Amino acid sequence: MSGRKRSRSARWPRRLAHVALILLALAFLVAFLLLPLATVFAEAFREGLTPYLEAIRQPEARSAIRLTLLVAVIAVPLNVVFGIAAAWAMTRFEFRGKTLLGAFIDLPFSVSPVISGLVYVLLFGAQGWFGPWMEAHGIKVIYAVPGLVLATIFITLPFVARELIPLMEAQGSEEEEAARVLGASGWQMFFRVTLPNIRWALLYGVLLCNARAMGEFGAVSVVSGHIRGLTTTMPLEVEMRYNEYDYVGAFAVASLLALLALLTLAVKTLLEWRYGDEIAAHAPGGH
Amino acid sequence: MRKFIPFLIAVAGTVLAATVMAKDVTLLNASYDPTRELYRDINSAFAAQWKAQHGDSVTIQMSHGGSGKQARSVVDGLPADVVTLALAYDIDALADRGLVARDWQKRLPENASPYTSAIVFLVRKGNPKGIKDWADLVRPGVQVVTPNPKSSGGARWNFLAAWGYALKQPGGNEAKAKAYVQELYKHVPVLDTGARGATNTFAQRGIGDVLIAWENEALLAQRQLGKDKFEIVVPSVTILAEPPVSVVDANAEKHGTRAVADAYVQFLYSPQGQEIAAKNYYRPRAQDVAARYASQFPATHTFTINEVFGDWRQAQAKFFAEGAIFDQLGAGN
Repeated sequence: MSGRKRSRSARWPRRLAHVALILLALAFLVAFLLLPLATVFAEAFREGLTPYLEAIRQPEARSAIRLTLLVAVIAVPLNVVFGIAAAWAMTRFEFRGKTLLGAFIDLPFSVSPVISGLVYVLLFGAQGWFGPWMEAHGIKVIYAVPGLVLATIFITLPFVARELIPLMEAQGSEEEEAARVLGASGWQMFFRVTLPNIRWALLYGVLLCNARAMGEFGAVSVVSGHIRGLTTTMPLEVEMRYNEYDYVGAFAVASLLALLALLTLAVKTLLEWRYGDEIAAHAPGGH
Repeated sequence: MRKFIPFLIAVAGTVLAATVMAKDVTLLNASYDPTRELYRDINSAFAAQWKAQHGDSVTIQMSHGGSGKQARSVVDGLPADVVTLALAYDIDALADRGLVARDWQKRLPENASPYTSAIVFLVRKGNPKGIKDWADLVRPGVQVVTPNPKSSGGARWNFLAAWGYALKQPGGNEAKAKAYVQELYKHVPVLDTGARGATNTFAQRGIGDVLIAWENEALLAQRQLGKDKFEIVVPSVTILAEPPVSVVDANAEKHGTRAVADAYVQFLYSPQGQEIAAKNYYRPRAQDVAARYASQFPATHTFTINEVFGDWRQAQAKFFAEGAIFDQLGAGN
């Protein structure tokens, strides 16, 4: 009797804790995610639809959008190739310095983006290590598009690899070995066995990588030189317009970035919902 | 493969350079923060004039940022043909690295400053704290917004204006000036990195009772953000800020843009250029234009940096260098 009573009285605090935790999480979500997101759109449309459309139709905005897409289109595929190669090396081979490679892949996560940008200035700037040589040969990296691409690649380097490594580690190499034994060539094995096994994780990696490539501010700000219409990506354009008292313009461009993020999220959720079972089946590590 | 990668980079670079060159003449003007609106007008007027005179179309690209940061970027390879910065020391830095001729300040009239500005106060409507002069800034309960002199050119002018005021008071001397400025920075709740950032802190975020600002920045903020919200107070004595301009010789030679770049900086001194400067709240050098805009620029006692501090190199070494007077105040931390 007394035992049952205790269990019932013990249940209440637990339920209370449940509700409190959920409310807390919800409050945080609203305060730190939904509210700022709503502000972006509210500010962007504060003067109505026409000023909004005008703001994003300006040549500077269009060039910023184009540049942002260009940088992503170069950086993301390169990081897909690198990510797969790195994950393959990390999970299929034993070699000296493997831990070191793992640490290096994580480096961009642990270094401040501003420092990453600065490093490229120190390497390729006019006063930098390779600056004079490149200047003599007419190669421009810093304060030009190549510098933006380099900085973005560096910042987004870990995303694909970090998504793939745990999965490929958990899957092991039995299926691939079986394919080889049955006579598949290296490429056949990769395209028919490995790739289908990792495709969902790869897709996550690409989505995350892309979101960061388009949204990166710190590193690209350092190497950009802020030349309007030439080396300004969307996040830089947002800052610039804000500094020019063009609040509608700033938030209009910001809203495009936010839409991009929402789209990424929607695609991810849709994939999870549509192919949830398949994803679970391919992720024995509970990924 | 090892040979292939530099080749690819070279091809990409060439393609990029070619697309830039195809657009007739392009100039890059690296400027400081509050000149965005000014150069938007100057650029279109100059492009029209150049086209009428030479038939070539010229595109002027802009890069804006803190004055010191912009100078640093040009040193690091930002391919600016022209620099229009907040203070002479930043162009001196380019001269030290051989990018600009040593005598740059003598190549153009008026110390190479085609327009000037004064350092003034922006206060909230009705001037609730009754701020009239520099002495009022250090009264108890007054919060002052000014950017960090380490990174902002405007902030250095602000600092020197305050110092000069204290020096010019009856019985004023170096020790009293230092004490006044030290007290002043105790009233600063936040040191932004740039002039525009400080304006946003004061105007948008509602921090502080008074913003020490360029006159042009204060007038622009008033126009952009509402005359009914802010008032400008001109102190009894202030510094005449002389933002200088120069062609970046090394870059203009390399790009073959010398003629356009020279014409561009000289255009700033033309009647049309002076008119545009005045419209954008910079005090014009030309007397006739200044007379027409007299109501916009209230008369006040001004001193120049050369009169009180020698020149910018000396001022920089004395006040803003590592471990110099600003660091000794302990305000930067």
